[in-house]
Amino acid sequence: MIQLDHMARVVLAGCALIGLTGGALGTFVVLRRQSLVGDVVSHAALPGIVLAFWLTGSRSTPALAAGAALAGLAGMLAASWILRRTLLREDGVLGLVLSSFFGLGLMGLTWIQRQPDAAQAGLDRYLFGNAATLLSQDLAWMAGAALLVAGTLALLWKEFSLLAFDADFAAQLGWPVRGLDLILTLLTVVVIVLGLQTVGVVLMSTLLIAPAVAARQWTDRLGRMTLLAGGLGALVGVLGGAGSLAFARLPTGPAIVLAASGLVLLSLGLGTRGGWMWSGLRRRRQRREGREAVLHG
Amino acid sequence: MNGPGSLAVEIRDLTVAYRERPVLWDVDLDVPVGVMMALVGPNGAGKTTLLRSILGQVAPASGSIRVLGGTLEEARQRIAYVPQRGRVDWDFPVSVEDVVRMGTFGRLGWLRRPGAAERRTAREALERVGMSDFARRQISQLSGGQQQRTFLARALAQGGELLILDEPFQGVDARTERAIVDLLQELRGQGRTILVVHHDLQTVPDYFDQVALLNVQLVAAGPVALVFHEANLRLTYGGRARDPERLPQSAPVAP
Repeated sequence: MIQLDHMARVVLAGCALIGLTGGALGTFVVLRRQSLVGDVVSHAALPGIVLAFWLTGSRSTPALAAGAALAGLAGMLAASWILRRTLLREDGVLGLVLSSFFGLGLMGLTWIQRQPDAAQAGLDRYLFGNAATLLSQDLAWMAGAALLVAGTLALLWKEFSLLAFDADFAAQLGWPVRGLDLILTLLTVVVIVLGLQTVGVVLMSTLLIAPAVAARQWTDRLGRMTLLAGGLGALVGVLGGAGSLAFARLPTGPAIVLAASGLVLLSLGLGTRGGWMWSGLRRRRQRREGREAVLHG
Repeated sequence: MNGPGSLAVEIRDLTVAYRERPVLWDVDLDVPVGVMMALVGPNGAGKTTLLRSILGQVAPASGSIRVLGGTLEEARQRIAYVPQRGRVDWDFPVSVEDVVRMGTFGRLGWLRRPGAAERRTAREALERVGMSDFARRQISQLSGGQQQRTFLARALAQGGELLILDEPFQGVDARTERAIVDLLQELRGQGRTILVVHHDLQTVPDYFDQVALLNVQLVAAGPVALVFHEANLRLTYGGRARDPERLPQSAPVAP
């Protein structure tokens, strides 16, 4: 009983941490229109996980995370290389790279699972996530990542906010736009990689996008949106984690994503800054103000 | 060094190419200190590329650019820039005042947060463009003209001696256009240099004292009264003027 409680605590804490970090950082991913980039990194990570396992024979988080990070970065580099060398459009290239890497990873995964080695059992948790396999030391990594993200965002807040709003202007000020961009991208890769075990490569990018989209419906200030997205991310993490604990065979990823989608729908409907309900009222008010402005010159 | 007669921008033999195709070809352009110059030319003439070259955002294939008597790096803090309005997301979650305060970020060092002084600068800039009442508004609630004035206020908060604007009158109502022109002319009166990518040929003689006609190559540049005539416009826009009714019916007569 005590052991189960400990496991449940680890699961919920892990889901909350990754939701918090993913949500806060996701604000910048969404505002910079890089949602598909998150998808590329997470899907491209799969062959790296398989390769790392094959090379090390270990299921330890650091080894697999290193493989995932390298493959995720390789996917992004491949996409930007193709973009520079061809006239293809970004969404097409990202979709192509994403599915190629993912297909490669699935092939590797299938092959590994056919090997007569028992240790490989459970590698497929990286597809849809299984928070029940989280260990205390995984929590330490997640907490470290959360601190890293929070610290970097706090320290470079002014820089990141201008970069997200108007990168051209930031460049004109003489700021190293590419360096700042790289920092944000690397943070995103770190968060994605650490979330893979919990949420899985298929659905991980949702944890970046959904809390930010939901938060945007409640505020039109960047700072509040970032904090709120972090909070909402933690909330859907806990809800999804609890759901997957309650139904033992339910993978964590889909449970979290369902909770996140519900939250997005709720926010789109009721949100005070763009929700359907309020924007209808606001349009009426603006029409009235417009008439008054005309009347009073 | 920057007294009357010196140059705010000095471009020599500038060539810029994208994928082997020249966008700017061997451009020489002088922008004297204290003038208000229009940069005109057909679509694809390289106007924005020329601005971006001056700002150091485009790597030239060849040529040199000096700004305010030095290299761009030396001059950077003395340049203010108003990009095309359409280049940013106007649904971005910031207030008008937040955007204007971004103009002060260049003077703030790394990691330093804007404080009371920056807030004051932003408020003053908003006052000058007549947008004080909109300071707390979210930027998506602005009209096109108000968005443009917000960007102009941000450039004022930058406080440069050289002000560079990319199509500031695009999608702006006539009253705002007049207000912006008045403000720009007032700034020129204070000795600042203003370079504007401009589309409406009709208003060039009214708004500007100098003009540069560009179509990949520089056709002509100088005082409006001297170079803004039909022959040069034909050279710039070609025989098939894209927008013939916007061309002046006759060359302006030099006074």
